[in-house]
Order: sequence, then structure tokens, then C-alpha cells
Amino acid sequence: MSLRNIAIVYRKEMREALRDRRTLISTIVVPILLFPVLTVGMGYAAVSLIGEATRQPAKIMILGGEDSPAVVEGLKNTKNLIVVATAPDYVSQISNKKIRAAVEIPSRLAADGDDKRPVKIYIYAGDLKSASAATRIEKFFTEYRDTIARERLAAEKLPASLLKPFEINQQNVVSAEKVAGETVGGIIPYLVIIMCLTGAMYPAMDLTAGEKERATMETILSSPISRTHLVLGKFLLVLTASLVTAALSVTSVGVSSWMIQRFQDQTSGIHVKIGLVAVLSVFMVALPLAVLFSAALITIALFAKSYKEAQSYISPLMVVVIVPAVAAMLPGVELTPQLSLVPILNVSLLCKELIAGNYHWNAIALIFLSTCVYAVTALFIAVKMFQRESVLFRS
Amino acid sequence: MIEARSLSKSFYDNKRGRISAVENISFTCQPGSIYGLLGANGAGKTTTLRMLATILEPTEGTALVFGHDIVEHPEKVRGSVGFLSTATALYHRLTAQEMVEYFGRLNGLDEATLKRRIDDIFARLDMDSFRDRRCDKLSTGMKQKTSIARTLVHDPPVMIFDEPTLGLDIMAARTIVQFIRECREHGKTVILSTHVMSEVEKLCDVIGVIHNGKLLEEGTPELLRKKYREHELEEIFVKIVTPHVDAEVA
Repeated sequence: MSLRNIAIVYRKEMREALRDRRTLISTIVVPILLFPVLTVGMGYAAVSLIGEATRQPAKIMILGGEDSPAVVEGLKNTKNLIVVATAPDYVSQISNKKIRAAVEIPSRLAADGDDKRPVKIYIYAGDLKSASAATRIEKFFTEYRDTIARERLAAEKLPASLLKPFEINQQNVVSAEKVAGETVGGIIPYLVIIMCLTGAMYPAMDLTAGEKERATMETILSSPISRTHLVLGKFLLVLTASLVTAALSVTSVGVSSWMIQRFQDQTSGIHVKIGLVAVLSVFMVALPLAVLFSAALITIALFAKSYKEAQSYISPLMVVVIVPAVAAMLPGVELTPQLSLVPILNVSLLCKELIAGNYHWNAIALIFLSTCVYAVTALFIAVKMFQRESVLFRS
Repeated sequence: MIEARSLSKSFYDNKRGRISAVENISFTCQPGSIYGLLGANGAGKTTTLRMLATILEPTEGTALVFGHDIVEHPEKVRGSVGFLSTATALYHRLTAQEMVEYFGRLNGLDEATLKRRIDDIFARLDMDSFRDRRCDKLSTGMKQKTSIARTLVHDPPVMIFDEPTLGLDIMAARTIVQFIRECREHGKTVILSTHVMSEVEKLCDVIGVIHNGKLLEEGTPELLRKKYREHELEEIFVKIVTPHVDAEVA
């Protein structure tokens, strides 16, 4: 084994990669921008949209209520509700989003002590602005109902506390890390796994099928370097790209989560925390997976005669990786000894546990070792493929 | 010296089954002379040269290149050979100097020797004006010179050229032809494949005619002229190959 030759190939491939705009974009730019855009950007956009929906006045229609002028007047005076003239086509108007909701007030509302007829609110299910209008209407009627109840209790000289004999309170008892594990614990490993793959994807194709396409494969094969050293040098460059992408992704996650944390502290009582140790642990677990991806991608791309052909071979691999990575996010899918042996899914589930601050050392060892075995097998296959003339000179 | 001993190569094709590309070829190339492997497209020239350069492994037989067995010690063989063909392109994102340095290092040259050799070759081939220019920005002629520098950097005693002027313009082709002559003058063993008769006339000391993977005839141009009573090499080539083409058709 000549480390010198491997290093020569590695340095040359690194030099070429650093001069290639496509490699730099896929390895550096995308992982830095993806997480902030997905988390902070999307979160900000969602909050803005919800905020806008709750702030904007909504047009509603009142059906009935002729004998409840106080209720109608109350609704008209409710902030951010605009009552439009009653019309028989209220369903069509809701469907066309001309009005956001319609409320049907039964006759003689609350006149009887035991009136079971409901106040009906007609909405456009799934529409944020319609839901917001319904919430305002519902809030008005809840307050109105409580007022009536309080007045009746007062008339009977009974205390208002009869309405609410006790309070109900939810209290979080787990750590902020565990909250993070349950809420964002699934998405982070998923994104890290995907970035490990995408970071390795372009260099793997460029260094194999790209060499064939540019007719440099025969040039390098005519040099005295052994094919094992050649493939190892190339593999190390692909692995570097994968790890750099993963490292930048993890850093990006760290910064994004810090920003989310600041935002959450201001808006809700739930405290989410992703510790540095957890982030580093995710990175460590992703290491053998990056080796597996790099070797597998080199092997697959080597079969192709051109960059375009390599892309068509590698695209289905995305599905193979995404399915187990997504499966880890599904509710009820938890780490078991059997799942510890399923590639990708095991790492994804383990990362989820790590972010929650759960360090099951037996599972960590089993998953790390099994992924290392898969990675070494993939690397062995890659080296063997580089010895095969039928693969190198496929025509 | 190159000594091919019963070299054979077959490939497996899904549609056509086993295909014999080269069958039982034996020949010798001496230092200080140029051996021309002459044949039509698909005759087996490239496969033969790729085997000698150890890019492909023979199915049967072997060859000695500068005393090294191509099957037993392929890496030593490649260290003794400079291989140039139209399929040996340059790395686009490297400069001309980086390209040559890379192959010098892969051939085990230390940094001091490498610098000396590069300075010498670049001066000889008049490459100093574009040594720091990326290969994708070079003209065809500059690319050819860089390829030549790449094959020469480790000063190999054996040179293998596979259709080296294919697709080149006149000036670039002249550079290559001149370079091949210089290799002979420096006492290197040179083997060259081509189907361009004028190149054979200009360069080759010994000619081997290859057809359908078999070496049909071998000898100096004078010997072949006498044997076939023709002056033009093209006519001689046709006389050698035609009976075999007729037999295949029949």
C-alpha cells in the first residue's frame, strides 16, 4: 500500500474539485443555505402568513338572529369581523372566498334555560383565513355564553366559580433536549443523511464517469499507479466532499436551531434545545454512512460511460436513501435490535435518540459497527470494480 | 525492447458472445527503431497496444516490455512506457505544468528531478508561454505538446503510440511525427499503430500487418516491397489483406 501515491491522486483530485464550480455549489453552498432556508426561512414565512391571517379583517355573514339583536350587534362590533348582508348563496360565497365564514344563530338563542340547539359556523375547511374568522366568531359566542351563565348564577345568588370549579394545566416534565428529539429530532438526521449523499454525488460522478467522458481514464490508467491506489485516492476525495457537506450541514443546523430557540423562547413556553454534544454525535454517526455513500456512488457511477448516464443510475439511489431516512420520522418507529441492522434507517433512528439526549451505548456500538461493515464492503466492491476491464472500458 | 509472445485477447459481448480481438500475436520491437502496426479499423491494433501498455490484460500469452512481464509486473511496465493516443486526453482543470507534474510524481520522480525534467522538456517543446494555462484553454497543438511532455516526463525507454495523429490538423500532426522520430534518435523502442500509409512510409523501420486480430505479415518496407513486387505500401497492404477478406466473405 503506497500512501504516497494515494496522496498524489487525492491532492490532484482536490485541486480539480476546488476549481469546479458545480462541486463547490453542491458541497459548500447548498449545505450552508439549505437548513436556514428550510427552518428559519420557512418558519418565518409560516409565522408571517398565520399572523397576517389573524390580523386581517374577515368578512362574515349572519344567518338568522332576527330575535337576537344584541348578539348581531356584538358580532358587528367584534374586532376584525366585517358583517356583510345576508344572502341565500352563502355556501357559494364561502367557496369563492368572498366571505370567510357564515354563522347561523338559532331563534330564541339561550332564551330557554336548557337550549341544546347549536350556533352553527359554516367554514372553508383547510383555509387559514376561514379558520381564523371561525375562531373569532367562536370566541365571541364563548364569551357571550359565559356572560349569560354568570348573569343567571348572579340572579340565583350563586358564585361565578361554579362555572369553573377547577383549572386544567399541562406541564412539560422532560428536558429541552428530549423535546427537541421529539419535535425536530427526526428531521435533522434526515437532512444530514441526505446532505452526506448529495455532497458525495457530484464528485463521485465527476471522478469516474466524468473521466471516461473526458477521455482521461485511459491517460491515468497508463501511469504506473496501481488501480487500488487510484480508486482509494478518488474515494478519499469523494468522502471529503461528503464529510464537508455533512459538517457544514451540522454547523448550519446548529446555527439554525439557535435561531429557532431564540424565536421559540419569545413565542411559547416550550423550550427546545439541541446541544453541541448531540450535534457532534450526529456527525460521528454520519461518518461511516458517508464512507458507505462515497464507495457506493463511485461503484455505481463507474459503470456509466458518461456523466449523464451516471446521473440516471444514481437518481434512483436517492429514493433508496430517502425512504429509510423518512421512515425514521414516522410516529411509532423506534430503535429496536432488528432495526439497528437496517442501513440508513438505523443511523437515522440513532440520530433522533442522540438529539433527544438518549445515549444507548449498546445500540450506538451495534449501529456504528454494522454501518462500518457495510461501508467497508462497499469500498471493497468499488476497488474490485476498478480492476474490471468490462466496467472501465464498457462500450 | 518489446517482445510479444502469443498475445491473445477476447471479450464477451451479450449479443455476439465471445469475440476474439487479438489472436496469438508474436513480434519483436528493437530499441532505436520504429515498429508500425498497420491495419484497418477494428483490426486489433488498439487492443494490442493497450495490452502492451498493461491497460488491458491479455487473455492468453504475454509480452516483455523493457524486460518486464506485462502480466506479472504491469506497474513496472507502465513505469517504462510512455503511452500516447487520441484517447489519452488531458485534465481540463489542471494547467499544462500541473498535468505533467502529476504524471511525474505518479512515476516516482522526486521534486528536484521533476523540476529539472519539466524545465528541460518545456524548453525543448517551447511550452513555457503556456505552462500555467489550464488545459481546457489550450489550442490543439498546445494540447499535443502537453501530452508529449506527459509521456516524456519520466524518460521512458519504450514509447507506444496508438493512432497518434488521428483527427489532428497538419501542424499538430507534424509535431507528433517529429516527436516520434526524435524518440528513435534517442534510442527508444517505439511501436506505432496507424492506418495512414504516408505515416508508415515516413516513420516505420519494421511493419506488421494486422487483420481480424491476426498478424498476417511482418518485415522491413524493403523486404515487403521485394516480396510483393510493389512499391506502394498501400498496394502491398491490399495484397496481404485481400485474400483474407475474400475468405471471410466466402
